[in-house]
Amino acid sequence: MTLLAAPAFQAPNLAYGRLSPLLIIFGVALVGVVVEAFAPRELRYQIQSLLALAGLVVAFISDVLVASSSPFSSSAGTGAFGGIEAQGAIAVDGPAMFVWGILLVMTLVSVLLVAERRLEGGLTAFAGQASALPGTEAEREASARGIEHTEVFPLVMFAVGGMMLFASANDFLTMFVGLEVFSLPLYLLCGLARRRRLISQEAAMKYFLLGAFSSAIFVYGIAMVYGFAGSFTFADVDNAISSRVGADGLLLLGMGLMGVGLLFKVSAAPFHSWTPDVYQGAPTAITAFMSACTKLAAFAALLRVFYVALGGARWDWQPVVWIVAIITMAVGSVIAITQTDIKRLLAYSTIAHTGFLLTAFAGAYQGTIVLTNQVSSLQAVLFYLVAYGFSSIGAFAVVTMVRDSSGEATHLSRWAGLGKESPVVAGAMALFLLSFAGIPLTSGFTSKWAVFTAAWEGGAWPLVIVAVVMSLVAAFFYIRIIVLMFFSDPVGEGPTVVLPSMLTSAVVTVGAAVTILLGVVPQPVLELARHAGEFVR
Amino acid sequence: MNLYLPIVFLGILAAAFAVFSVVASSMLGPRRYNRAKLDSYECGIQPTPQPVGGGRFPVKYYITAMMFIVFDIEIIFLYPWAVYFDSMKTFGLIEMVLFIATVFVAYAYVWRRGGLEWE
Repeated sequence: MTLLAAPAFQAPNLAYGRLSPLLIIFGVALVGVVVEAFAPRELRYQIQSLLALAGLVVAFISDVLVASSSPFSSSAGTGAFGGIEAQGAIAVDGPAMFVWGILLVMTLVSVLLVAERRLEGGLTAFAGQASALPGTEAEREASARGIEHTEVFPLVMFAVGGMMLFASANDFLTMFVGLEVFSLPLYLLCGLARRRRLISQEAAMKYFLLGAFSSAIFVYGIAMVYGFAGSFTFADVDNAISSRVGADGLLLLGMGLMGVGLLFKVSAAPFHSWTPDVYQGAPTAITAFMSACTKLAAFAALLRVFYVALGGARWDWQPVVWIVAIITMAVGSVIAITQTDIKRLLAYSTIAHTGFLLTAFAGAYQGTIVLTNQVSSLQAVLFYLVAYGFSSIGAFAVVTMVRDSSGEATHLSRWAGLGKESPVVAGAMALFLLSFAGIPLTSGFTSKWAVFTAAWEGGAWPLVIVAVVMSLVAAFFYIRIIVLMFFSDPVGEGPTVVLPSMLTSAVVTVGAAVTILLGVVPQPVLELARHAGEFVR
Repeated sequence: MNLYLPIVFLGILAAAFAVFSVVASSMLGPRRYNRAKLDSYECGIQPTPQPVGGGRFPVKYYITAMMFIVFDIEIIFLYPWAVYFDSMKTFGLIEMVLFIATVFVAYAYVWRRGGLEWE
């Protein structure tokens, strides 16, 4: 038998150094699985939590090193810096490295919440034996023996690794792999709550089914765009659009389908329906992680796809984004008013924030920095996501501390009079809520300002007017909770604030500090986001 | 259009074969029913009885099946790799070791957690 003559083999050029943040995270996740397999049960929690934290710190340091050593690919300070690595699969450019760094820091903070053990009396907030049916003998036994699922740490690491890949993918296939790598662990994590098992499993099921559908729709869109352009790479798709070689119908269909998949992940209306159910049912630490990190990664990917690959067709997609932004702001702000559960309320609040972010996206003029003092849309979106992410993690951290005998007391009536019970905790929550409402001297104000400025300069002024009106509507229910906490008398025995360990306290402190710092001195982070420049093409 | 004719023929051929097989077997084959034939078909194993009122059911068969598929896919990658091993030299060896090690991490987890114990 004669084999075909082997073509000369060229080893792919992988810049391990520049991809190191990704590789470290995936490596740590794999080591975490090995630890699960071989470490004795008593030591697993300590090993896993330290391993995850150390991995995140090391990955962050390597991200900073990569960013500081990356040359500008175009001339003199404007435009993109960094480059495309891994044979065109991953763009290690300014926005990607910025998003990586922020994702790693926000995950670090979320992992502190995940590792919290004092609130549940010495155990994590994750199910002892997730496969045991709720309310059965097996579950009680697992709980009594103090079993924990320490797999949550590797799962979070896989999720953040997937998010990093998703945000920096430079072709549609890599982007899809990233999407699945971060979605699958999140589906699992949502179903692992120790308390309220049924609602947690319901959340996981709903998230999985809807997420699977949206992934399928996203892939279908990829197939259509491939049919149009004949390539998966963003730059090739951009070329095909500007030279008008393909069939327009395929492009429009593909753009629409991919838009559905991506808007689902950022929870924009009308693709938002999973958000309240999943945010309510998931363990609160995971809700915090999702609200900050999934949103950041998904927005980074959304912007990259629509600016880099589909920027030439922006006259086709911009009107749709306008409509989606208006619907999202309206749905989030108005429906939040009727919510009685704090986690559902915060979920609708994140939908409203997605709408505000979409205004900057709709007003994009390709993310090009026209004047040095002009706030580009990309910079505004990234800054907003940093500010919102830390406030959101802080707010969910407060939710984990307000408890009664059945776990977290998430019903709003249980929050009445919290200000008397614990002024510090209620004060922190009030700060986060004021930040969500966009009150000056909090990060919410500066970030809204940045986003609305970008939208206005991009010509989306009607959207800005809608957004300001919706901000006022949203301010109503944020203020209502503050009034409830400080000026209402407690119902019954009132809420109790359980004293958490250092971990949750640190999370609330970091969240509050960032919320105030970005409100008072936003310049350093704004500068950093501007320095990140635009996407490399 | 000629370019697509073979695909159309293939489709017709496949549909015709499917219809032919079902019709022919129902017309020509003997009919001797027994219990097993009337059971629900679950990947060729005994159907798992659902516990009354809901409950846990064993998943060991599925874990084994999943492990099989994982290693099956690994073998599919190994064949072309082995054919072109000479030209890929050390790079190919390192990459494949990394790939196999990654797959074995999942295997080690299943094994240590008792996923391979049948009883």
